[in-house]
Amino acid sequence: MSTHEGSYYVPEQSKLPIWASFGLFLTVFGAAHWLNGNSKGPMIFLAGGLVFAFVLWNWFSAVIGENMSGLAGPQLKRSYVWGMGWFIFSEVMFFAAFFGALFYVRTMALPWLGGEVESTATNEFLWPGFTAEWPLMVTPDMAVNGDRATVLGPDQNLSYPGFGAMFSWLPFWNTVILLSSSVTVHFAHAAIKNNQRRAFNSWLGVTVLLGIIFLIMQALEYHHAYTDLGLTLQSGIYGTTFFMLTGFHGAHVTLGTFMLLVMWLRSVLKGHFKPDDNFGFEAASWYWHFVDVVWVGLFIVVYIFG
Amino acid sequence: MLNRAHGRSPWLLAPALLVGSYQSLAEEVERWKYNMPEGVTPVSQNIHGLHMEMFWWCVGIGVVVFSIMLFSMIFHRKSRGVKPAHFHESTTLEIIWTVIPVVILILMAIPATKSLINLYDTSEADMDVLITGYQWRWKYDYVDEDLSFFSSLSTPREQIEGLAPKGPHYLLEVDEPLVVPINKKIRFLITANDVIHAWWVPALGVKKDAIPGFIKESWTIINEPGVYRGQCAELCGRDHGFMPIVVDARTEEDYRAWLQEKQAAAAAIRELTSKTFTFDELYARGEEVYNRSCAACHQVNGEGIPGTFPSLKGVGVAVGPIDHHIDVVVNGVKGTAMQAFGPQLSEVDIAAVVTYERNAWGNNMGDMTQPIDIYNHKQGN
Amino acid sequence: MAHGPAKGIARWLYTTNHKDIGSMYLWFSFAMFLLGGVFALVIRAELFQPGLQIVDPNFFNQMTTMHGLVMVFGAVMPAFVGLANWMVPMMIGAPDMALPRMNNWSFWILPFAFAMLTSTLFMEGGAPNFGWTFYAPLSTTYAPPSVTFFIFAIHIMGASSIMGAINIIATILNMRAPGMTLMKMPLFVWTWLITAYLLIAVMPVLAGVVTMMLMDIHFGTSFFNAAGGGDPVLFQHIFWFFGHPEVYIMILPAFGIVSAIIPTFSRKPLFGYASMVYATASIAFLSFIVWAHHMFTVGMPLAGELFFMYATMLIAVPTGVKVFNWTATMFKGSLTFETPMLFSIAFVILFTIGGFSGLMLAIAPADFQYHDTYFVVAHFHYVLVPGAIFSITAAVYYWLPKWSGRMYSEVMGKTHFWLAFIGLNVTFFPMHFSGLAGMPRRIPDYHMMFADWNMISSIGAFLFGGAQVLFLYIVISTIVSGRKATDKVWENPEGLEWTVPSPAPYHTFSTPPEVK
Ligand code: HEA
Ligand code: HEA
Ligand code: HEC
Ligand code: CUA
Ligand SMILES: [Cu+2]
Repeated sequence: MSTHEGSYYVPEQSKLPIWASFGLFLTVFGAAHWLNGNSKGPMIFLAGGLVFAFVLWNWFSAVIGENMSGLAGPQLKRSYVWGMGWFIFSEVMFFAAFFGALFYVRTMALPWLGGEVESTATNEFLWPGFTAEWPLMVTPDMAVNGDRATVLGPDQNLSYPGFGAMFSWLPFWNTVILLSSSVTVHFAHAAIKNNQRRAFNSWLGVTVLLGIIFLIMQALEYHHAYTDLGLTLQSGIYGTTFFMLTGFHGAHVTLGTFMLLVMWLRSVLKGHFKPDDNFGFEAASWYWHFVDVVWVGLFIVVYIFG
Repeated sequence: MLNRAHGRSPWLLAPALLVGSYQSLAEEVERWKYNMPEGVTPVSQNIHGLHMEMFWWCVGIGVVVFSIMLFSMIFHRKSRGVKPAHFHESTTLEIIWTVIPVVILILMAIPATKSLINLYDTSEADMDVLITGYQWRWKYDYVDEDLSFFSSLSTPREQIEGLAPKGPHYLLEVDEPLVVPINKKIRFLITANDVIHAWWVPALGVKKDAIPGFIKESWTIINEPGVYRGQCAELCGRDHGFMPIVVDARTEEDYRAWLQEKQAAAAAIRELTSKTFTFDELYARGEEVYNRSCAACHQVNGEGIPGTFPSLKGVGVAVGPIDHHIDVVVNGVKGTAMQAFGPQLSEVDIAAVVTYERNAWGNNMGDMTQPIDIYNHKQGN
Repeated sequence: MAHGPAKGIARWLYTTNHKDIGSMYLWFSFAMFLLGGVFALVIRAELFQPGLQIVDPNFFNQMTTMHGLVMVFGAVMPAFVGLANWMVPMMIGAPDMALPRMNNWSFWILPFAFAMLTSTLFMEGGAPNFGWTFYAPLSTTYAPPSVTFFIFAIHIMGASSIMGAINIIATILNMRAPGMTLMKMPLFVWTWLITAYLLIAVMPVLAGVVTMMLMDIHFGTSFFNAAGGGDPVLFQHIFWFFGHPEVYIMILPAFGIVSAIIPTFSRKPLFGYASMVYATASIAFLSFIVWAHHMFTVGMPLAGELFFMYATMLIAVPTGVKVFNWTATMFKGSLTFETPMLFSIAFVILFTIGGFSGLMLAIAPADFQYHDTYFVVAHFHYVLVPGAIFSITAAVYYWLPKWSGRMYSEVMGKTHFWLAFIGLNVTFFPMHFSGLAGMPRRIPDYHMMFADWNMISSIGAFLFGGAQVLFLYIVISTIVSGRKATDKVWENPEGLEWTVPSPAPYHTFSTPPEVK
């Protein structure tokens, strides 16, 4: 299609989508084989991942190239904006499933198992001796089977230690780090809008660093949980929800950091982004804010009220 | 969903004649079950009433809406030379046909709410029965009577495979029915041991999911003695269609008599534990137990279903050390469909089935185990 | 950009054209419909008479599961996305979908996902056998190993749906021709906009719940295990939070289609356009707060039971508004009964019957008797087959001349309709009776008292299946050798799609049309 004003850029035929599908398929196909104990699994998984990464690289290059050559009019850019916005909303709903699970377990499942609702039969007949508590340290299995139990709770948990110990409490510092990274990424945005390239690069660089520090701290916390606290993914429903929520959040932080890093490299190495044309960066920053908001939610329900 | 049998037009019966049955008309009408049974408890009768009420509301609304459509289809067709009208909006109409359904819904909700509140009232029961779903049979625990037993399908395989004519209660018959007294409020405590099942007896109006790890409650008062049949109503794996429920409601006296008999029989089984059996006795009993309790998964020929249920023929535990074999059967394999049979089968039955497995299908291990060994194993020796 | 399609297979593999992608979606979904239909025929053949005749019970369960999954995720959803691809840009005067490459990606994920899902049939332990609702722990601890492949198939088809939905939203909100205000959009566009929101809101939740399964199966978590403090019922809550909106995802676009066809053949504008829009939005809203009506028998607390009963009943109100509006559109019109109209009228009547049984199911105490019986099976086939499938069929007849430039044979179309109409009612109406009489669903064998109804159902199923083979023939013969269609096709249809030639040129509306 011609590129005169008012028309929408519809790309030519492209090999990207079908290869992306193929890469995605190989990845999950390999992962499934892997999990099912097939020794070829990891190889297929890896191959798929490589194909997929390669496609994504080319795909983003193509989009950037189109933008640079002026093919992307304001309307197309609006489509990207909508696209990113609703993608983030879908991520919100993904997290909602896990938050919902935590909520349900704490308000419905555990009280029922502990015999705290109208019907006490569950507790009397199936789990005598079990009491509902949160964090759940003694699982129903342990309450009933003692030494023979297979689903064991954690030895210690990672919830709020009280105000006094706040400042030596790692999740608190993680919160500080993430919150300030949201501020720094906002400064970066303001800088690019004012055409201050150096400030932009610095603020964005700081954000990336904060992201990395967060991840390192999170890794330390996990290590601590596994080695010192006996708190693992298998530690009953407390360990389950703790690691699934913080784990998926961590995965999103990783992705977000990576996105911001790419943006930083684009700016530093290639001089991309203009005051009025920086949606690539802006999308990444939205993602970052989203990850931040999820953390605040996590901090409140997993740690503070944990 | 037609309401009354005698209101049925003959053409509905035509297919029946087509498939070649030659019964009298009355039998024919009886045979074609088409509506929810009224049942034998106040609850089931109440639900039936609710069902019919709802049904007639829907018929009424349907008749009005479909008549108008039909009217348009007949009288407003182009081939009659009608010119189309142009109206396409009316706030008044929209409001009317929003409000009327709301009113109807409220009229429906009131009796439904009452009925539900009654259904949820499990208080002040005269007796409790703990019902546990297993793949694929039910266990009934008379909580106050120190009596419990399993209840499994008793329809012979030949009938299912079409090698024998089907009996009158095909697939709806069990070896040990749940026997209960009439006119007593019975509270059911329903749970499951492995996957989700659902305990359903239409004539009682009771259906409740059996959730592993949780107990859900329901209740009934049966007015008339009789045998009432139902089925598991939640997909629970391969033999979901083959785990019926039979409730045998008896007068208080008959119930008491039955109870004593059962308790005596249970005591007798316990006694057998100390007896020493011959190989042949064990093998024969084992075959019976196997086909009843194990064949659903491991198959009659012992070959299992590849990928899901392991073969016991010539490989694995059944031809390995006997202690391990006993352990697998008594304690199950955690996290798999192989459940702990220790609490489910008597010592005699476990000894028998282990002996059988080690010697059937060409597994010539030649060894055997006695009930007392199983007893000791369970005690942790 | 080139002005015609590329040559050869590359046209389809690499395309970014909404019409090509729409066609691929439609063909794919038709293939899946036949596949899911074949599974259904296995079910119906086994249920033809009591006793175990043809398949092993475990395989029967695999058939039930795969039938449900393939029909829902493979046939109905992609068909609607295909229609959206073809029609939404044309209806709003856009040159293409907003994100054309992503559009092709959304499509091509599906063949891979379904190849993986179908291949589980040949795996050790067999295909998923725990029902399309895959309740834990039957689908976790007790599942065959292929469940891992099933989970990943769900993941990627979910990604496809989410991308498709994002694309549709961006297209509708951003690409409308000047003058095409929201309240001028055809209802099909409206219903799809709302459907897309539903998709974005619930597909991630489905992804979440299958992820939890994956973790319980392979990583020892306790989501659905009471011994560790979890709860199998938690699975059902999350699943149905997805599942109920999902069933409206399968019906809202159908409402849009019927709202386009009935006015055309009544020669009268749609009655109550604005109220149709609001009704659709209300249905979508309500669909998020009714999910536990699938779980009345799990033993929720009384208050929950009542809440979900009332909320569910409320859905009858906006749905009723729609039914009444269609009736009012026909009233005093000048009706003709071309094939699309026949399918649409059948849609309204039969869907309403399915809605009535839905309302009966919503009455919690009565649901204790209905739940997990063939009454439920009858309900959802009445809303899905004459609902979703008939509307899609109607849409194909209605727009095929625009797509292909050729007219189908009216005689053939009507034959198809009557065969399908009769076959469908013969198949599914008796299921109300067998269900009320007490026949549970998902069983391979049953007592003789259900024998007659089942035999009738099975005969109907094969008749209905035959009708679909005829449909395939009609579509192909129309494309290959139908007579030329006019640009307007019908007497006085409304909408931008009728202003372009038939067949619609490869690129429509490169410069946006002016909408008055
Ligand atoms: C397209 C799909 C679709 C649609 C549109 C619906 C629509 C409805 N469904 Fe259905 N449903 C399914 C697909 C669908 N359903 C599926 C697939 C299942 C089974 C899942 C499984 O377990 O596998 C199911 C199961 C299901 C259940 C659970 C049953 C059980 O398992 O025990 C219930 C219970 O409330 C229910 C209710 C309803 C209601 C109230 C509506 C309403 O939206 C209907 C509203 C319509 C009308 C009422 C008719 C028109 C209205 C009027 C003419 C106005 C006046 C009317 C009155 C005032 C009465 N459905
Ligand atoms: C949109 C969804 C949809 C559609 C269209 C259908 C269509 C059909 N379904 Fe449906 N069904 C479901 C969704 C759907 N179903 C769901 C969700 C379930 C629940 C699953 C569960 O319990 O988990 C279910 C369950 C279900 C059951 C209950 C199974 C059980 O409980 O064990 C039955 C039983 O009769 C059945 C029958 C049919 C039939 C006969 C059709 C017919 O309409 C099909 C007609 C189509 C054909 C017959 C295809 C024609 C093709 C040929 C004849 C071959 C040609 C071949 C080539 C050219 C290669 N279905
Ligand atoms: C619900 C299905 C089911 C039933 C019923 C069942 N089993 Fe099993 N059984 C299994 C499964 C699944 C395994 C595999 C467990 C594993 O993964 O190690 C198994 C394993 C076994 C093994 C070990 C096989 C091996 O070589 O690893 C033995 C022995 C056995 N079962 C005996 C029995 C006996 C005896 C009965 C009846 C009293 C029985 N099973 C009933 C499902 C069942
Ligand atoms: Cu037990 Cu179905
Ligand atoms: Cu629903």
